[in-house]
Amino acid sequence: MNLITLSFKNVLAKPLSSLLSVLLFGFGVSIIVSILLVSTFLKNEISKNAQGVDLVVGAKGSPLQIILASIFHIDFPTGNIKLSDANQLVKNRLIESAIPLSLGDSYKGYRIVGTTKSYPELYQAVIAEGDWFDGDMTATVGATVARNTGLSLGDQLQSAHGLAEGGDAHDEHPFTVVGIMKPTGSALDQLILVSVGSVWEVHGSHGEHDHEGDSSAHQMVSLERLGLEVTNEQLENEEITSLLVKYRSPMAAVQLPRIVNGTSNLQAASPPYETARLFNIIGVGVDVVNVLALVIVILSATSVFIALFNSLKERKYELAIMRSMGASRLKIFALIIFEGILLTIIGSLLGFGLAHLGFSVLNSSLDQVQSSGLFFISEEYLVMVGSLCVGIFASVIPAILAYRSDISETLARA
Amino acid sequence: MLQVEKLKHSYGSSEISYPDWKVEKGDSGMILGSSGSGKTTLLHLIGGLMKPTSGELHIDGKNLAKMTAAELDRFRGQHIGIVFQKPHLVRSLTVKENLSLAQTLGKKTRDNERINQILDNLGLGELKGRKVHQLSQGQAQRVSIGRALVNSPTLLLADEPTASLDDENCDKVIEMLKSQAELSQATLIVATHDQRVKKEFSNCLNL
Repeated sequence: MNLITLSFKNVLAKPLSSLLSVLLFGFGVSIIVSILLVSTFLKNEISKNAQGVDLVVGAKGSPLQIILASIFHIDFPTGNIKLSDANQLVKNRLIESAIPLSLGDSYKGYRIVGTTKSYPELYQAVIAEGDWFDGDMTATVGATVARNTGLSLGDQLQSAHGLAEGGDAHDEHPFTVVGIMKPTGSALDQLILVSVGSVWEVHGSHGEHDHEGDSSAHQMVSLERLGLEVTNEQLENEEITSLLVKYRSPMAAVQLPRIVNGTSNLQAASPPYETARLFNIIGVGVDVVNVLALVIVILSATSVFIALFNSLKERKYELAIMRSMGASRLKIFALIIFEGILLTIIGSLLGFGLAHLGFSVLNSSLDQVQSSGLFFISEEYLVMVGSLCVGIFASVIPAILAYRSDISETLARA
Repeated sequence: MLQVEKLKHSYGSSEISYPDWKVEKGDSGMILGSSGSGKTTLLHLIGGLMKPTSGELHIDGKNLAKMTAAELDRFRGQHIGIVFQKPHLVRSLTVKENLSLAQTLGKKTRDNERINQILDNLGLGELKGRKVHQLSQGQAQRVSIGRALVNSPTLLLADEPTASLDDENCDKVIEMLKSQAELSQATLIVATHDQRVKKEFSNCLNL
């Protein structure tokens, strides 16, 4: 019968008050751990999606909105920019490469993105079946899209105008699915990729027009920096939504946004800066929840304290007799501390379990193919150490009282 | 075995001086006095639960008055068993675990045979696995005697063991203490105000 077994039995001997302490502590810890997990997960997602993109150039408007629309594909674009403006910009020596994006259509709620092959290459996407899209009304769909819509090779899909479900269908211009990508864990999984030209074609604007005799308008020009081949007429009249830009040198980070914003219709948005801003906005909410969790943890520490304090009053003769049997003051002190630590350890294990369980449930409902709730992050060890400290802190006063009590006096009054 | 010389203890301003007293090994002794006479204090001094202000207190040749707190803790655990007026068993444990805890705290090696033997001697063999709150008052008192004896102490102290008992049970408990002390080869010392007990002991210290 050593001290640890004894403290365990003492905790079990008061099931209800121990349960209260454990539950309170568990909930506090589970909230803290959940916040840690979710924010780490979000940060991972964001950096995964923003990798290799130094700057996004879109139409004038909110830079955050540009980032959300062009990188995470969750908000609406700010508008379109002229292809000629884009082409002019990418000639700048500060730009290493640029990927054009043409947004605005969707299929069953999944966004259709007109782009070049550089876009899937950015995320190291690999084809699972079929082939990449090319210029001719063909589409390569993301893994999630294929799974949830049941699209397979050779199927036709009618794009709808707008990014929400139920927009006007472009009936006359169906896309043919020629390829399906493997899951990448990025926003790409939720997208349908087509060529920029076929987006123009769907919108039936200028490509179809027959301008007999105007041969210069139909002459093909190659926009190498953008990876596009267009006619002179298209270069003049067509639009794209945004450009994902990669800098040639760090110098560009200083100069390029200024150049872009100086151009009348263009707006530069830096992914790291805007996501940091986004986190600041979310951060307020996170802080509120963190404070709530802290309050619960303090409450639970108080309940551990009260539980120990009360049991101490009931057990003071027991403890005095243990001392008469040869237990030193330090042993009695350690016994009480063990009991406090035991309550908080069981509580925090419960909290960790709840948080990870909740997170895996959330994950599986979020179409996230890869991550499960079973990953641990380094901050969790801090939470572990923290809960140990709370346990010691809550039990130190009762332990000191037990340490100090005079056995002879206690027993004489028995 | 036990030798008390010029022993004094003070509580705040009041001081009690104890007469010199001697108990031989294998003999048993009684401290008789009304409440407030300091008999519980003397018993606690002998049991090493506190230290005297002055004087000498020898047990088995060792002077308790000169020991440090840590030495006293160890000495208590290994050489002294105390039966208190109320049993105060550890409530979260079973009968057997209470005895096993005494072995741990007294820094003795765990000895299941000794525990079983003690419990059988006290007629508690059947109750080994019981939780403390399932015991009657008398059973709990017997467990506390077992707990005091499990480490084979040289000295068995009992504080008012008969205070709340009727004549019949009073005799039984004294008989049991004496016989158990003899079985474990411990010297028995009882502090009491109970005149019924007087006839049982020849070596009596009156306070």
